[in-house]
Amino acid sequence: MNEYTYPILFGIIVGTSMRLLMLRTDYRQYPTYLHGKVIHISLGFIAASLGTFAVPSIMEKEFTAVTFLTLAASQFREVRNMERNTMNGLDEFELVPRGKTYIEGIAVAFEGRNYLVIITSLLTTLVYLAVNIWAAAATAVVLYLISKKLMTGSTLKDIVNIKYVKPHFDGAGLYVDNIYIMNIGLPDRQEEVLKYGMGFVLEPKNFNVRSTIANLGQRQAILHDVSVTLGVFRDSGTPALVPLIKRDLDDGRIGVFILPQDQDIDRAIKAIGAVPVLENAIRMPSETRPEMEGKN
Amino acid sequence: MNIEKSILAAVTTDHSRDRVGGGMPIFYCETQEELEMVAANLEAIIDGIAHALSKDLYVIVKH
Repeated sequence: MNEYTYPILFGIIVGTSMRLLMLRTDYRQYPTYLHGKVIHISLGFIAASLGTFAVPSIMEKEFTAVTFLTLAASQFREVRNMERNTMNGLDEFELVPRGKTYIEGIAVAFEGRNYLVIITSLLTTLVYLAVNIWAAAATAVVLYLISKKLMTGSTLKDIVNIKYVKPHFDGAGLYVDNIYIMNIGLPDRQEEVLKYGMGFVLEPKNFNVRSTIANLGQRQAILHDVSVTLGVFRDSGTPALVPLIKRDLDDGRIGVFILPQDQDIDRAIKAIGAVPVLENAIRMPSETRPEMEGKN
Repeated sequence: MNIEKSILAAVTTDHSRDRVGGGMPIFYCETQEELEMVAANLEAIIDGIAHALSKDLYVIVKH
């Protein structure tokens, strides 16, 4: 026991619990069970230790010790690789895959959360040593609130209006509103599709949103999330029963065609509205000003 | 280059053979019912989708 024991313990505990709080089994359905969680809690513990130990090292004038933070960076980049590989592997066997954009987004979030843990541990330990335990606890709470704010992106209901439209056939062409989805030839299949299919039109609220919801990764994420929430009427070897999203080129609306097991319209609208806007799909054409180019 | 979609078979009731041809298997059927049955079976067997080009011509496409 020395003067650093309690600050270090405090920092590690705060950091690890921070990771625990951020590790929810949520709409992403990942990680689900104990083994996946154990991995992330352990990594969170390591991150917390790294952040915590940096402070006493500096105070003892062991400046080289700080270099192991760089080790942490490469370590957690590895976490991102690990997550990406696992999810890519699993994605092949999903009835409705997540898509690469979504996977990349989740992997980035996992990496980012570990850095948040490092920062939290580092700052709380610093405050504990510089002031006292109560100030450190307050810092922890403030940091938790900040990271919670940082880690929540917007959802689809913030950027689009969602409207239910019953899908219909024009000849062999399946339509949601006036958006062509696909060609289904067999009358039996058509009946199935009309019986189980639901259509939604997502109307962008502004110009920037058009490109965001047009992103194929974002569209796949919508299909995946809705299928996870409402179930999916589909099996291997039935390629005709595939949920699809197509775009109206005229005005950027997208037509969502899904085959849910749960035919509850309100729930479906809520599920679509809760789909996260993928970081990697966000486009902001209006932020680009061609006339400004070359003047900076 | 990857070919993602390809027509695996055509099913038709049109017997004027100069209108349907090419390098894929072509199944000639007598009636609309037979056409639909053959198309449905082919769809199930080869995991493709039966698309209707017209009332009497279906193609099975692998996606």
